[in-house]
Amino acid sequence: MTVEILTCPDLGQAKRALASDKSARFFGGGTLLMRAVNEGDQEIGKLVKAHEPAMSEIRVSGADITLGASVTMRDVLDRDDLGFLHDAARSVGSPAIRNMATIGGNLFAVSPYGDFATALLALDADVVLADGMRGRAMPLADLLGGRGGADRPIVQAVSFRRPSAGEFRFRKVTRVHPRGAAVVTLAALVPQSGGVVRNSRIAYGGLENRPVRADRVERALDGQRLDEGGIARAVSVAADGFQGRTDSLATDWYRLQVLPVHLKRLLLGDD
Amino acid sequence: MTVEFRKDLFANERDDDLNEIGKATRRQDILGHVTGRSPFYDDHQFDGLLHIKCTRSPHHHARIRNVDTREAEGMPGVVRIIRGADIPVNLNTLLSLLDFGLDDEPVLAVNKVCYVGEPVVAVVAETEQQAFDAAAKVRVDYEVLPHVLDAEEAVRSGAPTVNETYPDNKFEFHDRFDHQKLRYGDVEKAFARADHIVEGRYQMSPIEQAPIEPNGCIAAPETNDRFVCYTATQGLFFSLGTTAKVLDMQSSRLHFIGGTVGGGFGGKVDTLTEPLAIIAAKLTGRPVRYGFDRQDEMQISAPRGAEVWYLKDAIAADGRIMARKFTGYFDAGAYTRLTSYGVVKCTGHLPGPYTIPNVSSDIYCVFTNRTPATAMRGFGITGVDFAIERHMDKGARVAGMHPAEFRLLNAYRDGDMKAHRRLAKNCALVETIQVAAEKANWQIGEEYRRMTSMTGGGGDRAQIPETVTDVGIKPAGHTMEAETPDVRPGQSTPTMPGFERPAAPAPATPPAAQPTYSGYGASALGGIPARSASEPEALRSQPPAQPEPPKAEKPAKRQYSRYSSIGRRR
Amino acid sequence: MSIKRKPLQFNLNGSDVAVFVNDGDNLLNVLRRGVGDLTPKYGCGQGGCGACTVVIDGQTKLACLVLAETVEGRQVETAASLAGGELDPLQEAFMDHFAAQCGYCTPGMLVAARHLLNENTNPTRGEVVEALSGNLCRCTGYEPIIDAVMDVANGAYSNRRAGGGS
Repeated sequence: MTVEILTCPDLGQAKRALASDKSARFFGGGTLLMRAVNEGDQEIGKLVKAHEPAMSEIRVSGADITLGASVTMRDVLDRDDLGFLHDAARSVGSPAIRNMATIGGNLFAVSPYGDFATALLALDADVVLADGMRGRAMPLADLLGGRGGADRPIVQAVSFRRPSAGEFRFRKVTRVHPRGAAVVTLAALVPQSGGVVRNSRIAYGGLENRPVRADRVERALDGQRLDEGGIARAVSVAADGFQGRTDSLATDWYRLQVLPVHLKRLLLGDD
Repeated sequence: MTVEFRKDLFANERDDDLNEIGKATRRQDILGHVTGRSPFYDDHQFDGLLHIKCTRSPHHHARIRNVDTREAEGMPGVVRIIRGADIPVNLNTLLSLLDFGLDDEPVLAVNKVCYVGEPVVAVVAETEQQAFDAAAKVRVDYEVLPHVLDAEEAVRSGAPTVNETYPDNKFEFHDRFDHQKLRYGDVEKAFARADHIVEGRYQMSPIEQAPIEPNGCIAAPETNDRFVCYTATQGLFFSLGTTAKVLDMQSSRLHFIGGTVGGGFGGKVDTLTEPLAIIAAKLTGRPVRYGFDRQDEMQISAPRGAEVWYLKDAIAADGRIMARKFTGYFDAGAYTRLTSYGVVKCTGHLPGPYTIPNVSSDIYCVFTNRTPATAMRGFGITGVDFAIERHMDKGARVAGMHPAEFRLLNAYRDGDMKAHRRLAKNCALVETIQVAAEKANWQIGEEYRRMTSMTGGGGDRAQIPETVTDVGIKPAGHTMEAETPDVRPGQSTPTMPGFERPAAPAPATPPAAQPTYSGYGASALGGIPARSASEPEALRSQPPAQPEPPKAEKPAKRQYSRYSSIGRRR
Repeated sequence: MSIKRKPLQFNLNGSDVAVFVNDGDNLLNVLRRGVGDLTPKYGCGQGGCGACTVVIDGQTKLACLVLAETVEGRQVETAASLAGGELDPLQEAFMDHFAAQCGYCTPGMLVAARHLLNENTNPTRGEVVEALSGNLCRCTGYEPIIDAVMDVANGAYSNRRAGGGS
């Protein structure tokens, strides 16, 4: 559609602009919105641009990490201290896409995109929504589940704790190599204490419309050793409760079939 | 990457002072490619360039009850709206240029739509976005019809009629058959005596060629009463001829410039954009661009069509294939385009590069509600070759032979008669398999390693056998050529017949009193439902723009052309 | 008619340019139709094929996804910057290696490859593949392209000046 660009001086104004016009979209890196505009999407009439300095910042304070919503995948890859996120950041599109794609934008990407959001979901991240002066924090899971309550939330930043070495794993399954959209993406946080898994977080991307947590797998992993025997039950319930989705890459059936295979490889650290 | 030359093969047939092969050379057009200067159709600047976007069918199959363009006409930037009634000759088939097939496809749909994405209205506007916006505001009232997306379902009784020109969903070959036949020898006798019978069913989905450059063109009025058209097409003269026909314009008024194609692979041989762009340029007096975007290219541009194949082989105890029977279904999608020709081309290829003394084939060009199909890499051949080679592997297993040896045994040799009654020459399958076996470390027997394409052929294998056809037995040595009136004695003309301005085409003759199918699936009482008295005439009527059919006889018969074997008999 | 026309100024391949754009215009259209640089190509409008690859302020980007007005004041480089008098060694290598057939992906490939070699003078084959992973080619099967880039990286064209433009 012929669109109008609205540049706002702050996020508060941007939020009001979104609230008053349902054809308005918040413009992040443009990698998803510009595609829709190029294809003449009739739902989009206005692109709302706003930037505040905090959105471009990467703040690391001890184990607390905050990534501004405008931070790009490339920015993450340029930080050695974010090495555990490099697999996820590198998986988001080609090098040029990574220079443009933002953390914030990825949160709103519909499957098969949204791989970085999947990683953040497994890291139990919170999102900081633009809301007056201070912003309002909310679990990412709530935002993704549409339970945020806010109408048209604008994400200012995401925050999470740095995982211990080896705790965080990420795996994106594609048909095309080296780059392709996800058949299914898996991210896992598997903290261990006393030799067994406690409080794991398992997230799937590409399987449903948005990234989701696999609660049954998480429960099945609790108290288990991270070896073939220990994860067997978790792997057996990998697909429970999920419908899968069909697109040009794979059918729902196929996605559900391969999911346990890749979950097992992810948990055992196999290639 | 180094190339290995096997100069030991066919050494005495070849002059080995190769001037080009094996020597580094540069493509004559590559300087343009690496400097970004190669002039693709869109690499031409025009002032006042307008853009076309179409309102397209969201349904596989639907009747058009009403089209309302009033709101669209008033949208910002809209210069002109084009509908089916604006197209002078709004029914065509690509190969009518060669007098092959009946007109069946509109430029813009009027009565019904037959595939998702079929264009109904074209909007011409100042910017692409404005064209998108206006196209979205065209209101089309559709009455959704049952659809069929599978070729075998489409030819079953009860299937919805996809293409009104061919109500049984099958193209008509030689004015009398609903399929293309090939008969050579007597397959049924061979099957009755076979030591082994091997059957198989093979299928292939449509494949999108997906060139990086989508289909498209830019058309503009020139000052000498001509229209220039820069186009991505692979078939420049097809497009020019088709445009001349559907727009009822002298071909001398069309100045088509092409030849710089950003990938075609067969996906740019149909005339997808030029007629609309030129008529838009004519109606607006301005340059007009009609380019497919990526969504259009993947969904609407013509893919390679789906195919289904049934093969049945008779194999002797020693592994020789004594007979092969084919039944094939080419899914043309909603309209004929080139699939009719693809079927015939395929027939000439059968039974593959093997000498088989009895061959029979029936291939159907079937209409379904899929995107109309076209050529792609080995058009008409690639699908059946997949089937043939899988079938050869099956046959090898049944015969208890190594698949390479099985193929070597059955490979054609120089001098063998082929099923379409030409002698094989310059065969190289034997040598190809032998080299492949060597590279792959397949252990094949000594006698197989000593085979050549130049030995063992001809003699008895060069004779045309007595052939059983559907209408009687043709004696041995008999070719069909003598019977085809299209074939005249004397020199054949090696070039295409001169293009003459086509007379207005005769309308497709509605088939005599055939029952119509009101839905897919047998009625509760079984059998074919009787024709409903209330069936609207619109089912068979021509689009409104169709000119009055001429009462005069058809144009004088053209000179013999090398395509006459697929032409219509007069 | 309510189209806003905004002025846009930026640096293209070393020269300052100015053009009017509509809201929502992407940089690819502005480069091609507005400024007249026809070297970046439209392949998908989705950022998936890489035929529109350009460099903006030192980073590769897909022009079809760049909102044109965001390049105000920035440095934009396209394939047209490669040949500054002499051909870039990559261009020579592509020609020698038959690394283009239809030529449509070639400008984008060259921009991505030139950018790689500017950042990394000695890439491994895997790094070349990664750098070109956003550039699709339907004709060559990629190997001739990768061979050409590796040849240049390994110094086979070192007697020639690298890069043109600014």
